[in-house]
Amino acid sequence: MSLDSSDIAKIAHLARIAVTPEEAAELGGSLSGILDFVEQMAAVDTSDLSPMAHPLHMAQRLRADAVSEPNQREHFQSIAPATQNGLYLVPRVIE
Amino acid sequence: MYNKTLAQQAEALRKGEISSVELTRLYLQRIERLDGRLNAFITLNAEGALAQAAAADQRLASGDAPPLCGVPIAHKDIFCTQGLRTSCASKMLDSFIAPYDATVVTRLHDAGVVVLGKTNMDEFAMGSSNETSWYGPVKNPWDTERVPGGSSGGSAAAVAARLCAAATGTDTGGSIRQPAALCGLTGLKPSYGRVSRYGMIAFASSLDQAGPMCRSAEDAALLLQAMAGFDPKDSTCAEEPVPDYSAGLNDDLRGLKIGLPREFFAEGLDAEVAASIEQAVAEFKRLGAELVDIQLPHNALSVPAYYVVAPAECSSNLARFDGVRFGHRCENPKDLEDLYKRSRQEGFGAEVKRRILIGTYALSAGYYDAYYLKAQQIRQLIANDFTEAFRQVDLILAPATPETAFKLGEKTDDPVTMYLSDIYTIAVNLAGLPALSIPVAPVKGLPVGMQLIGRYFGEARLLNAAHRYQQATDWHLQAPSGI
Repeated sequence: MSLDSSDIAKIAHLARIAVTPEEAAELGGSLSGILDFVEQMAAVDTSDLSPMAHPLHMAQRLRADAVSEPNQREHFQSIAPATQNGLYLVPRVIE
Repeated sequence: MYNKTLAQQAEALRKGEISSVELTRLYLQRIERLDGRLNAFITLNAEGALAQAAAADQRLASGDAPPLCGVPIAHKDIFCTQGLRTSCASKMLDSFIAPYDATVVTRLHDAGVVVLGKTNMDEFAMGSSNETSWYGPVKNPWDTERVPGGSSGGSAAAVAARLCAAATGTDTGGSIRQPAALCGLTGLKPSYGRVSRYGMIAFASSLDQAGPMCRSAEDAALLLQAMAGFDPKDSTCAEEPVPDYSAGLNDDLRGLKIGLPREFFAEGLDAEVAASIEQAVAEFKRLGAELVDIQLPHNALSVPAYYVVAPAECSSNLARFDGVRFGHRCENPKDLEDLYKRSRQEGFGAEVKRRILIGTYALSAGYYDAYYLKAQQIRQLIANDFTEAFRQVDLILAPATPETAFKLGEKTDDPVTMYLSDIYTIAVNLAGLPALSIPVAPVKGLPVGMQLIGRYFGEARLLNAAHRYQQATDWHLQAPSGI
């Protein structure tokens, strides 16, 4: 599997990472190398195997439907890059 | 005192042979003197450590001291520490002060430890040589032209150079065991679910597990005792009782069945490392264990399966770094998409980006079955191999790494070459099993690690076998020269 720079641009957009043309060229090479390497899995017959998502086969625990956390908005927002009136600031989304 | 093990230091503190403040000062002076050439620490906690030490001395004097009271350790910089920077060795979190403590940090605090600082690591724990850190590579104390291994390379170098009594690490594909092997330490990756992942910055959530890096199996037992146990804040933390890990350390090994997986002793293993492991095998025979040849036939597939599963999970976990709520934010974003894209471009290093992109690709429409589903099926195949092997044996013995510590820069050109340095450790993470690495006879002055793999939640048996080996040998007591 070989990825060209338009493939890289597509994947990088999905991942929301900006890439320069130089980065795209480097990534095309190294990601293609990694995909070639993982390609060896294709030779294994796995038709009888169910996918293993997790090592522990346990059910999700439920907890009582009660408040367990205090409001720590100011504490958590103290490390945010930009806030105003208790809200996180981002560039305007709706004109 | 700094050459003593954590267990010995804890005892010396209890007996009043040294105070925690004295011991903490000693380590801080050593860090000051030696870390310039190692780069093992990202952030020091000198003032905080001395305050914790003074409090520990009061508890020691009052006679109600917890088991590790006053012992100075370090945390891998992946564990959130309230009020002390947690960078994960990334520019993305260069100024991140966590608003809470990881459960591992809380538990060790409750056990009485003093925290000297946060150790260097590969960025977001993605790497096998500690060369992907935003804060620069860590050097191996045994030979500063060589890597300490990764991703817990700073923890390994700090413990090996006697800059702390022990350190925490995390292991997603070998990140405790490989650096422990390359730096001559005892490093334990517990069973998945044994230790809470709460507050441990996530890389691959179905694989990540925290564990101790220290100088002996006895130390590892004490540290695991403090770290392990159910935590309602981590939905994947197991509700399993925690046994007394120190109680069975001296149990007799006669009749213990140890499996030697043929695939781990085949092509690719350095001949001198193989000879050193064989010597350790002979020691286990002398201790009364029965050695049996076994097979783990799909081990070679563990690395490709891992490099789909781990990046897939990482691409999802690292989506949270968006420049909005915390972490790095780019200057003057022109719109929201630009904010996301440039914050992530600037905040993440090359290897982290590679893995996010590989994972994004493997999960994208049209490729999911061929990569992600396939890798999960291979994962099942690998887990089945272990199930089969543990029908015949109690423990599995194998090398931890194919070779001793490699040189800085030696494997940075090709990601796949670097990935293959974890060929003996990755399968264990895919299966969720506990495993440790302990030092055996060195090769050309460099440490060699032997890996022991156990049944699920079988940490006590692993520690028992490692401890008996360490009672019969003294490789684990060797220290690098010049420190």
